[in-house]
Amino acid sequence: MASSISALRIQDAPGRFGSDATWGIVLVIPYVVVFAFIVVYPIVYGMVLGTHPESYRKLFHDPIYLKSAWNTLVFLVIAVNLKLLIALFLSGFFYNTETWIRWVGIIFLLPWAAPSLPSIFSIRWMFNSEWGLINGILFRLFGIDGPLWLVKPGLAFGLVIATHIWKNLPFWTLILLAGRMAIPKDRYEAANVDGATRFQVFRFITFPAIKNLYITSTLLSTIWSVGDFNSVYLLTGGGPWDATHVLSTLGIRYAFSIGDIPTGVATVITALPVVIPIVFVLIRRLREGD
Amino acid sequence: MAGVLRQLRLGVIAAIVLVWTGLPIYHMVMLSLTPQTAAFAGRVWPDNPSLENYRSALTRGHPFLAHFWEQLGNSLFVALATCGLVLVIATTASFAIGRLRLRWAPAVSNMALFTYLIPAAFLAIPLYRVMGQYGILNNRWSLIFALVAFASPYAIWVLRQYGESVPYELDESARVDGATVPQILWHIYIPLIAPSLVAIGTYALLLAWNEYLYAFLFLSSETKITVPVMLGHFTTSDDAPWTLMMATAVIYSLPPIALYYSVRRFMVTGLTAGSVKS
Repeated sequence: MASSISALRIQDAPGRFGSDATWGIVLVIPYVVVFAFIVVYPIVYGMVLGTHPESYRKLFHDPIYLKSAWNTLVFLVIAVNLKLLIALFLSGFFYNTETWIRWVGIIFLLPWAAPSLPSIFSIRWMFNSEWGLINGILFRLFGIDGPLWLVKPGLAFGLVIATHIWKNLPFWTLILLAGRMAIPKDRYEAANVDGATRFQVFRFITFPAIKNLYITSTLLSTIWSVGDFNSVYLLTGGGPWDATHVLSTLGIRYAFSIGDIPTGVATVITALPVVIPIVFVLIRRLREGD
Repeated sequence: MAGVLRQLRLGVIAAIVLVWTGLPIYHMVMLSLTPQTAAFAGRVWPDNPSLENYRSALTRGHPFLAHFWEQLGNSLFVALATCGLVLVIATTASFAIGRLRLRWAPAVSNMALFTYLIPAAFLAIPLYRVMGQYGILNNRWSLIFALVAFASPYAIWVLRQYGESVPYELDESARVDGATVPQILWHIYIPLIAPSLVAIGTYALLLAWNEYLYAFLFLSSETKITVPVMLGHFTTSDDAPWTLMMATAVIYSLPPIALYYSVRRFMVTGLTAGSVKS
């Protein structure tokens, strides 16, 4: 039956209304046009803009650039790994089926559904060292003047990392939870019968099953976090004294606040030696996954 | 005993999760209810909570808010246009890639996903220049096209994953009955993938409504900007009315949250479909 249908299909393929190949091209063209104009051409154009050697000379002599490159590295290593570890832990919490835990899960998704700007401004005002909520509470409870949160560079950068985690934790928890849900339940039942401890269950059942997903998530999250502009720009604006910039905000600062577009492009291009190897590993992993 | 301990452990985790998640949101709402004169008190709850800030926001009672309704309209227009274009482009592309079984289809699909391997803030600078070359800077369409380019690859991917659950035999038998490719697309493919269209439509709407960086770069005049860009202007002055800004921010945040929660069931299953495979 199936073979006779295929045979008919081959006969009919170049029918009155055009072949599949023609229709395929027509239907895919809108996307390809958008991709060419909005993704491919700007990348090529950016590469051309980024070929001025003097931009790089200027960058490498700029102490703010060196600080930002270091910040970016710290941000990627700490924020991404901390976020994924917490997400891994919380995905275990949300795996529980109690109704009240589902309600906690619904509230937990709020930071992801809400727009970034209002939440980040709220955090910014909350940590204002003079009249913010946090130091207000510290003063009222302990009679102390709280830390200068957004004034001390170290604390400010810590808050940038916390803000990034606050915003993105729900998404990765959801992804890892989906991974846990895909593990056959009978494996857990068998482990229970054998009297396995919670740690053993995680070590020998859960983690091996979601290890690949966890690593892929870490890589993908690293690339996306390189491009996180909002958590820095809206919380600290790169301040105090340009000490909390990362490459994405510094690039925008060069290009638009200073008006030096080639140096702005050069700033982000210097992150590519870190980004491109991750992209290669990721593509290979995703291809093996299929 | 073990049951009590377990509940206690879960309860502690839940309490931490709720405080962590809720504090910035609670703080936003609390500030929006605080009279402007009490904004600097650092209180947990204002002494005289009032809806005055909301009244000011809705009646444009501050120079920052002079064009609030137009800006809200811009946000809505950008979100709806992005959503509509993404739905059309991703539906036709996913159909061509997934259902027509053409030799070059997987290449297009891989190429599309490549978009996500470029950090968003990196493309922004050359894209700003390119939008200038296209002559659409400070035009809402510049933002819409950029958002369509970023939302479509994911939408195509989700639709392809979902489309695999539609039996190919349906297409085959329709062809035997003499159906054309557009008829198969319209009468078989689209009705069967409708649930995931809800998910990706919502995804595109939220992405567009929430976007800040590209809107901030591409749009400049007061009557063209979207709401988050206007809210960003509040920080440029030292005596900015933060409580009023928070009331406006709450008004701006409510539609996406409401939309997200009303279609949550579609979202979670629709958007995480396939992620498990990797």
